[in-house]
Amino acid sequence: MSEGLGEEVKTNPQGDVITAAPAPTKEAKKGAAAQRVVDPDYLFLQAPREKTFITGSEAAKEAIRRANVDVAISYPITPQSETMQQVGYLYAEGYVKDYYRGEEEYGVMSAIAGASRSGVRCLSATAGPGLMRGLEVISSWPGGRLPAVLLIMCRVINAPLAIQPDNVELSYMLNTGCLLFHAENQQDFYDYSLAAFMIGEKPEVTLPVAVAVDGFFVTHARGWVSLPAADIKLPPRDCYHEAVPMMDNENPPIRISRDAPIQKSNFISYQMHASWQQEIWAAQERSRKWIDRWLGGLIEVVNPKAKIMIVASGSAVSQSREAVRQAAEQGLEVGLVKIKSVRPFPADEVRAALDHAEKIIVPEFNYVGWLAKEVKSTIRGSERVISGPRVFGGMSMPTELILEYIMGTPNRR
Amino acid sequence: MNQTQEPAYRVVTGPEGLLPPAAAIMGIHLPEDGEGLVEGRIVPEEKAMEAAAIAMLTRKNPTLFPGPLMLWGWNDHTIEKSAPFFDVANEIPGVRIIPMPDYRPIYPKIDPEAVINPCHPNLTIWHNKIEACIFIGVHCHFANITLKMIRAGTNCYTIALCAEAGHEDAMASVPNFTAEKLKNFAETLRRVKKNGVKPLYEGQGIIPSGWAQIAGLTGANMVKPAEEMVEAGFSHDLEKGLDENEE
Repeated sequence: MSEGLGEEVKTNPQGDVITAAPAPTKEAKKGAAAQRVVDPDYLFLQAPREKTFITGSEAAKEAIRRANVDVAISYPITPQSETMQQVGYLYAEGYVKDYYRGEEEYGVMSAIAGASRSGVRCLSATAGPGLMRGLEVISSWPGGRLPAVLLIMCRVINAPLAIQPDNVELSYMLNTGCLLFHAENQQDFYDYSLAAFMIGEKPEVTLPVAVAVDGFFVTHARGWVSLPAADIKLPPRDCYHEAVPMMDNENPPIRISRDAPIQKSNFISYQMHASWQQEIWAAQERSRKWIDRWLGGLIEVVNPKAKIMIVASGSAVSQSREAVRQAAEQGLEVGLVKIKSVRPFPADEVRAALDHAEKIIVPEFNYVGWLAKEVKSTIRGSERVISGPRVFGGMSMPTELILEYIMGTPNRR
Repeated sequence: MNQTQEPAYRVVTGPEGLLPPAAAIMGIHLPEDGEGLVEGRIVPEEKAMEAAAIAMLTRKNPTLFPGPLMLWGWNDHTIEKSAPFFDVANEIPGVRIIPMPDYRPIYPKIDPEAVINPCHPNLTIWHNKIEACIFIGVHCHFANITLKMIRAGTNCYTIALCAEAGHEDAMASVPNFTAEKLKNFAETLRRVKKNGVKPLYEGQGIIPSGWAQIAGLTGANMVKPAEEMVEAGFSHDLEKGLDENEE
């Protein structure tokens, strides 16, 4: 082992070896400089695409490359770290204008709030316990009408500590006021992340968008992703056409407050706060039009006439697709409703898709069954819903498990 | 966006009660360019302008509420709107102009003759007995929360001429409201008058904000709103509470 002798090894104060990627080449930097702005409709729907076989983290990187992001701030946590490391390369190459590691998630999410208030396009990403730590601030974003994109790479949040896949953290995101999309695979993670910027920044929406994906199953696994050319990007954020004024200290009037201190103890203050909260959820409703346009709807339905229907989001959709195929091999038609947008929840669409169903199965990667609860509270005849199968704590979901629920419900007569 | 099914909910003048729902939650969709909203129904743009014009000409104490995007020269778009804004004002006899200069709450008490504020817009509506108003140049978030509070406690017919996507919570709204559309609205006002709509305050001019102060300085007394306004009401009687200021 003489190869390393004599070479200087850099370490941080804790003694960890510092590794560094090589500086970006001139060619790589030319790529960012040569990008041209195109219409979002073209980028999302019309631009020619080529297939590539990449991980979910790399798919997110490709979305950010084309998103014209001004500032990306995060704190590393598994399994998000790889994506934000990739975004670091984009910063070095000039695709992202500013990029740094915050002190921890509370500070990160606060910094994103400040950056968004100043009118720039913002990105952060986190996972599991990191999301929990940042949640207080994240919950304040919608009320501040702060467009930003938050990538959530789901993992276990609770003790005993684990880093494995589990999307229970999304149940905490349901009532924050953020839009919430749940990507099935690498392709979705690319498409949803990129469209999220434009949807959240629409004047009538002006809300943060969280794009969730199941950690490891998608972030660390490769899948086919169709990508448009890297020489095109979204238009920059147009903060002068949003629902609230940006904090602009260089142009008058500089002192227009956007977050009124309405904590006075009188009915008028209460009423204003109530009306403000209503407006956040009204803005969510207005996002439906853009989700329909750029993501092809809030849901996708497979075999719509089947008597047995599965409802799923995230990577449970992929497992369900395979279960549907295997059931068909056995001569049984099973349908599938893929929930793309968890917030706004596609209540009308889900009701229509499940109206005829005799049995509704909701497989989930978490213990609490948040999606089953959403479905039960939405449809007529909630006794048709079988809340399961569920796996959690990092377990995978064999398609045979879903098939068991299709053929009969375990331990039920 | 075309509505496939007409929602049952209608956005009509209040008082609607303690806390009306946001119209968007009740299934009211925003209009596309070239369309407008009247009482929650999507109509051609010219129909929405006509409804707005009739309300402003025939209801009591019509008032224009210009917001920061109208009052300040943020960009070319806001600057080019100022002249047609006064064209519109000149076509509405007896119109008041009360600005919403910013969105900070004004404590302990606003001057409702001088300003309207999104934290307590109903105070300005009540004090001036306003039964028709236009919001223009107000950032959408603050316009929406204001519109809901006005619908809750007043009988004011609200109109939102919006530079962006429009407002479900107004009784009449037109999106993408450019300077050109503002000129068209002035023309609509002229047309409906020509077609027989008689303005309630025929012969009167523009009443600037702070009318009481101006009247005090000049001795003029022709602008004070005399008409009684509908009381805010709820679906049940409220118990009279303790008077916190009682000694």
